[in-house]
Amino acid sequence: MIALLIAAPLLGAAVLLCGGRRLDKAGHWIGTALAFVSFGLGAVLFAGLLGRGAEDRTLVQHLYSWVPVEGFQADVAFRLDQLSITFVLLITGVGSLIHVYSIGYMEHDERRRRFFGYLNLFLAAMLILVLADNYLLLYLGWEGVGLASYLLIGFWQHKPSAATAAKKAFLVNRVGDMGLSIAVMLMFTTFGTFAFTPVLDSVGAATSGAAAPVGEGTLTAIALMLLLAACGKSAQVPLQSWLGDAMEGPTPVSALIHAATMVTAGVYLIVRSGAIFDAAPDAQLVVTVVGAVTLIFGAIVGCAKDDIKKALAGSTMSQIGYMVLAAGLGPIGYAVAIMHLVTHGFFKAGLFLGAGSVMHGMNDEVDMRKYGGLRKYMPVTFVTFGLGYLAIIGFPGLSGFFSKDLIIEAAFAKGGVQGWILGTVTLVGAGITAYYMTRVMLMTFFGEERWRNLPAASPDAPDVEPAAGHGGVPHPHESPKVMTVPMIVLAFGSVFAGAFFGIGERFVHWLEPVTSFEHGHPPVSALTVTAATVTVMAIGVGLAWLHYGRRPVPVVAPRGSLLTRAARRDLYQDDFNHVVLVRGGEHLTRSLVYVDHTLVDGVVNGTAAGVGGLSSRMRRLQNGFARSYAVSMFGGTAVLVAATLLMRAV
Amino acid sequence: MSFPLLTATAVLPALGAVATAAVPAARRTAAKWLALLVSLATLVLAVVVAVRFEPGGARYQLTETYEWIPAFGVRWELGVDGIGVALMLLTALLIPFIVLAGWHDADPLETRSKRWRPTQGFFALILMVEAMVILSFEATDVFLFYIFFEAMLIPMYFLIGGFGDRAHQGGEEAAATQRSYAAVKFLLYNLAGGLIMLAAVIGLYVAAGSFSLPDIVAARASGELEMGANTERLLFLGFFFAFAVKAPLWPLHTWLPNAMGEATAPVAVLITAVVDKVGTFAMLRFCLGLFPEASKWATPVVLVLALISIVYGALLAVGQRDIKRLVAYASISHFGFIILGIFVMTSQGQSGATLYMVNHGISTAALMLVAGFLISRRGSRLIADYGGVQKVAPVLAGTFLIGGLATLSLPGLAPFVSEFLVLVGAFARYPVVGIIATFGIVLAALYTLVLYQRTMTGPVKPELVKLPDLRVRELAVVAPLIALLIFLGVYPKPLTDLVNPAVRHTMSDVQEHDPEPEVEAAK
Amino acid sequence: MNPVNYLYLAALLFTIGATGVLVRRNAIVVFMCIELMLNACNLSLIAFSRMHGNLDGQIIAFFTMVVAAAEVVVGLAIIVSLFRTRHSASVDDARLMKL
Repeated sequence: MIALLIAAPLLGAAVLLCGGRRLDKAGHWIGTALAFVSFGLGAVLFAGLLGRGAEDRTLVQHLYSWVPVEGFQADVAFRLDQLSITFVLLITGVGSLIHVYSIGYMEHDERRRRFFGYLNLFLAAMLILVLADNYLLLYLGWEGVGLASYLLIGFWQHKPSAATAAKKAFLVNRVGDMGLSIAVMLMFTTFGTFAFTPVLDSVGAATSGAAAPVGEGTLTAIALMLLLAACGKSAQVPLQSWLGDAMEGPTPVSALIHAATMVTAGVYLIVRSGAIFDAAPDAQLVVTVVGAVTLIFGAIVGCAKDDIKKALAGSTMSQIGYMVLAAGLGPIGYAVAIMHLVTHGFFKAGLFLGAGSVMHGMNDEVDMRKYGGLRKYMPVTFVTFGLGYLAIIGFPGLSGFFSKDLIIEAAFAKGGVQGWILGTVTLVGAGITAYYMTRVMLMTFFGEERWRNLPAASPDAPDVEPAAGHGGVPHPHESPKVMTVPMIVLAFGSVFAGAFFGIGERFVHWLEPVTSFEHGHPPVSALTVTAATVTVMAIGVGLAWLHYGRRPVPVVAPRGSLLTRAARRDLYQDDFNHVVLVRGGEHLTRSLVYVDHTLVDGVVNGTAAGVGGLSSRMRRLQNGFARSYAVSMFGGTAVLVAATLLMRAV
Repeated sequence: MSFPLLTATAVLPALGAVATAAVPAARRTAAKWLALLVSLATLVLAVVVAVRFEPGGARYQLTETYEWIPAFGVRWELGVDGIGVALMLLTALLIPFIVLAGWHDADPLETRSKRWRPTQGFFALILMVEAMVILSFEATDVFLFYIFFEAMLIPMYFLIGGFGDRAHQGGEEAAATQRSYAAVKFLLYNLAGGLIMLAAVIGLYVAAGSFSLPDIVAARASGELEMGANTERLLFLGFFFAFAVKAPLWPLHTWLPNAMGEATAPVAVLITAVVDKVGTFAMLRFCLGLFPEASKWATPVVLVLALISIVYGALLAVGQRDIKRLVAYASISHFGFIILGIFVMTSQGQSGATLYMVNHGISTAALMLVAGFLISRRGSRLIADYGGVQKVAPVLAGTFLIGGLATLSLPGLAPFVSEFLVLVGAFARYPVVGIIATFGIVLAALYTLVLYQRTMTGPVKPELVKLPDLRVRELAVVAPLIALLIFLGVYPKPLTDLVNPAVRHTMSDVQEHDPEPEVEAAK
Repeated sequence: MNPVNYLYLAALLFTIGATGVLVRRNAIVVFMCIELMLNACNLSLIAFSRMHGNLDGQIIAFFTMVVAAAEVVVGLAIIVSLFRTRHSASVDDARLMKL
């Protein structure tokens, strides 16, 4: 049953990618149908779990032995529990909606069949990731989603920027994967296995003193390596640089992979390995720091980007920073992190789909400075996007409010100086979130209709590229039903999911058997925290309105302050990478090619030349005179005879 | 006396080679079909061997022994263990694809005379190589092994020197010069290694009084045969040097890029996927089996060289401008992994190394053959001459990508299993070595994806607009390889079952045990 | 019987022959010197044969003479044909052993 869940999209991927042009007409329907089959199976399994007792909700399905080698056991086994079913429903649910949306969005693309094949492949890999019962199988899913992400970011391969972005995403992720593989190796040498239950149990037993202790150093190392993996996949500092570029992919991909599901895999990994992190407080501290830094980093980047998708990407980074921070807080935060993950999955996917819908109506223009006043032309998009917006800034009552508020509370509850610092950071982050999201909202849907007099329309500036695609003045229009319906569904989720999960701590209790849960005790009352959050949010919105609502937005970006310019360039991270890693690497490889050619090969060729020189000198002895040959014969014989006599004498 | 199955497996392609060479000049196509049929029949025989082989049974099975040169105690002594079976299967499996991929590679461009038949020669040489390689996987007599180890150089030399890649940027003249340079370099490197090994083979006979591998191993294990530490080390070095040239291990690797660059793609596959495997196979069987103490003595140096190979090969692959040379350097990096797995002396490492030999054979074959199809279309090996192929030939690009992903060991494809086993095996004993080797996986992603990006994506180059996609024959070559890559990546059990007992024997030869996990050790 | 005197004579003859081979240029003379060396060997063979009282040495000497005769036939033929083509019988003129 669990395997079928994965098999459905996998079958879809295989059929669509191998099927050839015959399937061009029906491909997208097959892909969508199989995504829904998977969702249906997930729902049935969920109902099955609900029917069981709270402590009895872990199902393990052992399929076969994957790599049976002496002293090494890796099985293909799946584990369904409260944590994984939550992900399954999120992945297949949002995934199915985005399949539907893509039918409309990719309608004019001649390679639509392949797109759906890749989407199905992604679903399968992501399901393997969250359902795996051991770290090696998780690794398979982990790289599988990386591959799908690579293929989908680079879907428009004819654009060099897309191809480069895809490559970059894969490479940065590989650095993270290195962390995961080292973590698995460490587990193997420490525990002799890397299946979830034995590893996590023995960590638990060791820390509670029930079994032989495992060195805290080892555990910290494992935890840090897992964190490195999480940083790569979830675009956390210092491996965050790929996410902005990944927006080169089609928008449904950004919504599914780079907002709702794949990028949250890092949070899943940390929460799943909670026992290890609990036993390694140093590593936990690093996790919270990474989360806090990314939270602010992403938010600042989000404020400065004019590209609507990149602004949203910065926001994704920042929101995942919240989750990672929460996950670093230990049992107070695990369930909360997952809850924010789910609500974020709804509203961020909705926001991206909205952005896609805007782009669809605007000839694929992504620069928000060339939008403005679109609410009249795209009412459905406006409303759904607006609801997502309210959810993300944490407007009271909507889903983001519940989940984010819990994280802020948990951060304060960490206690001591750390608690105050983390709490403040999360609060400030909430303010910046409100600021940049309001900015996006205002620039896109309000204000004057700047797209009417774009430079491209005027003949005075022929050197300016026309606004991509079809050129000319765009004619904003609402998207077809097949696109708006998924947006509406997601908007419902953004509005109600938080209240449904949050009231009565329903979600937290659901996850408790897997992640364990403790109530934190914040130094200030929960009500105060909530009040502070709402205040900060209001300030953020107000500031943004002052900047972008009251004043007209210039079509060409002003130079901006130092911080703005830095944020536009992703705080110079790419430049750093370019100078240090890319240039350095190029020099290194080039000089190595030279060394290989001249030095390593040179030694050999030198030997050959030496032998050649020697032999040409020896050749002179062969002068062709029979008599001189005879002399050497006699000489040789004489020497031999003399040697024999001497030997005998001695 | 039962049917000599192992001898037959090798004699069949040898006879096939003679028959193919004898086909008249005008019947070129008949020669191709003959070669294909013979290689397929050999595959059938190899499968029969694999089926008859019982993984749980004796160490060497299906043994055959005939007196050959009684004066020196040289015997025609064949026998296979799990590792030998696996590699024999790989060889027998790849040859039909190589033949099929090289279908038109040796078609004469002009008719010179009635007796001018390069096509027949090409396929006969390939079959000859197959026979020699299979025999060296089967031989359990050291001298017999040495003969085939060396003899396979002869057909290889003619394959590299006589049938070069027609896609050469320097024109016909430069192609011929570089081709003969590559062929001579190949021959000299391997001969140098082989001659040193010959000295060691004779030394072994003097020291042990026998050429028979099982006899010597048994005598050493029971303590009947004492060997001085210095003698053992010298003999080990003699053997290891030859295998390290063949494998190839840094810094003895420079012949490989030349040979693979100048040879046609199928021959390049023959070199790296088949012939080079004899080197790593022989390390596992002869170095570790005959000289366990010396192997342990040399381990630190070998591990360092293997690490250098991994990182250095990968870095150089990044810096290449020629597609085939890039694959060659990638192979050097992979051979580093194989040798690392052999010498870390853990079950995981050695199982991984053996699987790696098989998987690397398949994955490189897939990547290199597709690269060959691409190169033959455009007539250039330079990466810079390509761009946007994905748009005009999506199937070609897709298969190329899968080959590349296999090269970078994507989980789900066969090489991942073996690479991870090697890494885990290395990490369990030498954590630092394991971590350094892990950098190799990042670099592998780098060179593969850079290659794919530069050749397949971006705007279509004007010269490539009419590039045809894969033809049926070409698809028939690539599709089974890819299917195999996926199958062995998801379900490697058939292979590991074959290999595990053999690895257990090797581990007991060197008297090593796997390090215990920390938790167990603490109890 | 004391073979020493015979051996002295044989050594003397051999030395004369060897010197002749090395210093003379005329092919005919070189040829005769070779014969001289062969006969020096024959002489010592026969001396030893007499000393040991068996016939082995004499048989070998006969064998040598037969071979020498055959060699003379072939060698003279070569020299004659050399002389015909080059109008000289000097060994140094015939540097055919080096290209």
